[in-house]
Amino acid sequence: MFLTLLVSSLPSIKALGWKFIYGKTWDPVSGEFGALSFLIGTLLTSTLALLISSPFSLTIGLFLGEYYPKGWFSSLLKNAVELLAGIPSVVYGFWGIYFIVPVVRSLEMKVGVAPYGVGILTASLILSIMIIPYSASLIRLVVSMVPESLKEAAYSLGATRFEVIRFIIIPYIRSGLSAGILLALGRALGETMAVTMLIGNTQAIPKSIFDTSDTMASVIANQFTEATGNVYFSALIETGLLLFVVTTIINIIGRNIIKRFES
Amino acid sequence: MVGLALPLVLLTFNVNQPVSAQGSAKELIGAGATFPFPLYSKMFDEYHKEKGIQVNYQSIGSGGGIKQLENKTVDFGASDAPLSDEEMKAMPGPVIHIPTCLGAVMITYNLTGSPKLKLTPDVIADIFLGKITKWNDKRLTSLNPTAKLPNLDITVIHRSDGSGTTYVFSDYLSKVSSVWKTKPGTGKALDWPVGIGAKGNEGVGGMVKQTPGSIGYVELAYVIQTHIPSALVKNKSGNFIEASLKSISASAAVTLPADLRVSLTNTEAKDGYPITSFTYILLYEKQAYGDRTMEKAKGTIELVNWMITKGQQFAEPLLYAPLPKKAAESAMSRLKLVTFNGKPLM
Repeated sequence: MFLTLLVSSLPSIKALGWKFIYGKTWDPVSGEFGALSFLIGTLLTSTLALLISSPFSLTIGLFLGEYYPKGWFSSLLKNAVELLAGIPSVVYGFWGIYFIVPVVRSLEMKVGVAPYGVGILTASLILSIMIIPYSASLIRLVVSMVPESLKEAAYSLGATRFEVIRFIIIPYIRSGLSAGILLALGRALGETMAVTMLIGNTQAIPKSIFDTSDTMASVIANQFTEATGNVYFSALIETGLLLFVVTTIINIIGRNIIKRFES
Repeated sequence: MVGLALPLVLLTFNVNQPVSAQGSAKELIGAGATFPFPLYSKMFDEYHKEKGIQVNYQSIGSGGGIKQLENKTVDFGASDAPLSDEEMKAMPGPVIHIPTCLGAVMITYNLTGSPKLKLTPDVIADIFLGKITKWNDKRLTSLNPTAKLPNLDITVIHRSDGSGTTYVFSDYLSKVSSVWKTKPGTGKALDWPVGIGAKGNEGVGGMVKQTPGSIGYVELAYVIQTHIPSALVKNKSGNFIEASLKSISASAAVTLPADLRVSLTNTEAKDGYPITSFTYILLYEKQAYGDRTMEKAKGTIELVNWMITKGQQFAEPLLYAPLPKKAAESAMSRLKLVTFNGKPLM
């Protein structure tokens, strides 16, 4: 797949060179293609989504893995969280337009910035909900795998439940925790439809989280069908290649982090 | 997502080959523009009932349609914009443009009370260039003295996806504003100076509906179906025109160039709405390419002929403006140029 992408990107790599990565202008009319603003938009929304969602996925994972592993309430919660993963992203997009956008818009009016309602913040909020099931279910799994003997030993020394979680469970699951977060990040990086509907699709480098922006995945989805001209078409494929490379790099970094925790 | 995109490309390029390579004229294949898709499916359905010939039309976008025609995998392509000289050169043979109907781009907005606004070309250009930023700007209030325009920021909403609608709108703005012409210019996707992007007509329409003080551009059919406000636009003759099927058809009642590759924006027509365009069927002038049979080529020409004559009755009910008489006649004379091994097909 990497090779196919690379071969199809050759015309734009030849025509644009490194400018593709550091160029800020994406202008199909004059044939100038720089993907920097999409790169920043992608990284910014994904990171922000991760920051918002991680506390929630960690608490859900701990709750289901440690506090209430059994019972009707926990199985209801577990199914509900897993159901989140099954909702099509276009449905998330619609829900975002009718629910999150008005909320963000009223927030923006209070803060005193342009009340578009869509933008980085809105896209990150919807992304954070979309990625919760991925990290939460993995965290729940590793939490439930912490050996009973360790926990019982801590309790017998007089540790409270919070102390058990803080000093026994969390250190024990560190690698699983980062794997879960990484999985969620991978999902956030490539998410297309819901982000396209909520990010505002502006080809400029965002200055604040209220600004509108664009991501690599959404620019491909937006412009692919009507891309005429060799360089334009191939620049879009090169955007896909860039997304592929970014995802790979993040995965490698993540794997190294996990390895370091394991050793 | 990345993995998905490529097999998709390969699929669209190859899937039609075996079918169109056969000589049978029982099935014709076309691909391209999404804008006329509802009309074309109605037309092709009627055509099937009448002649027993199945037409398989895939609305994959004008860009895709042009590519399919270039690769000779379809009997005809469809595009909202005529091919540029550069695109014509890239084609393996001369391509004939046959207009089938007209569409228009309307300007919609979100203001309390939905006043009927009058807009001039320079005001529209300056709003979309970000030079007019408030609704109570003097240039807007002097055009619309009766409307109570608020002290509100203008939010520009444009298409985020590459689209023929954007092409027509930017083509119009390039004609009326020299600033627009140099930057951002004319295209299906632009480097917009201001505003936020939304996908599709429904995306722009929905975003305008939701955002107070916003302005955007959508296709005529969308405006009529959803009853959103739209502006009267001053045409080249100085009349403020409301877009309607009649005023859109009227815009094409001008002298057309012989090859019909023409932009209909800002025409001289007195009662014509100024932001309109043809949508085209594209086919090769010399039909004997690949292993096409005479029968197949004839079937294609008969279909297109039917579309610009009998098929026109289906346009208006579906909110497309039919071809004016003169344009249909010119289209017919273009169609007569199509040959198979040197022999004319009609």
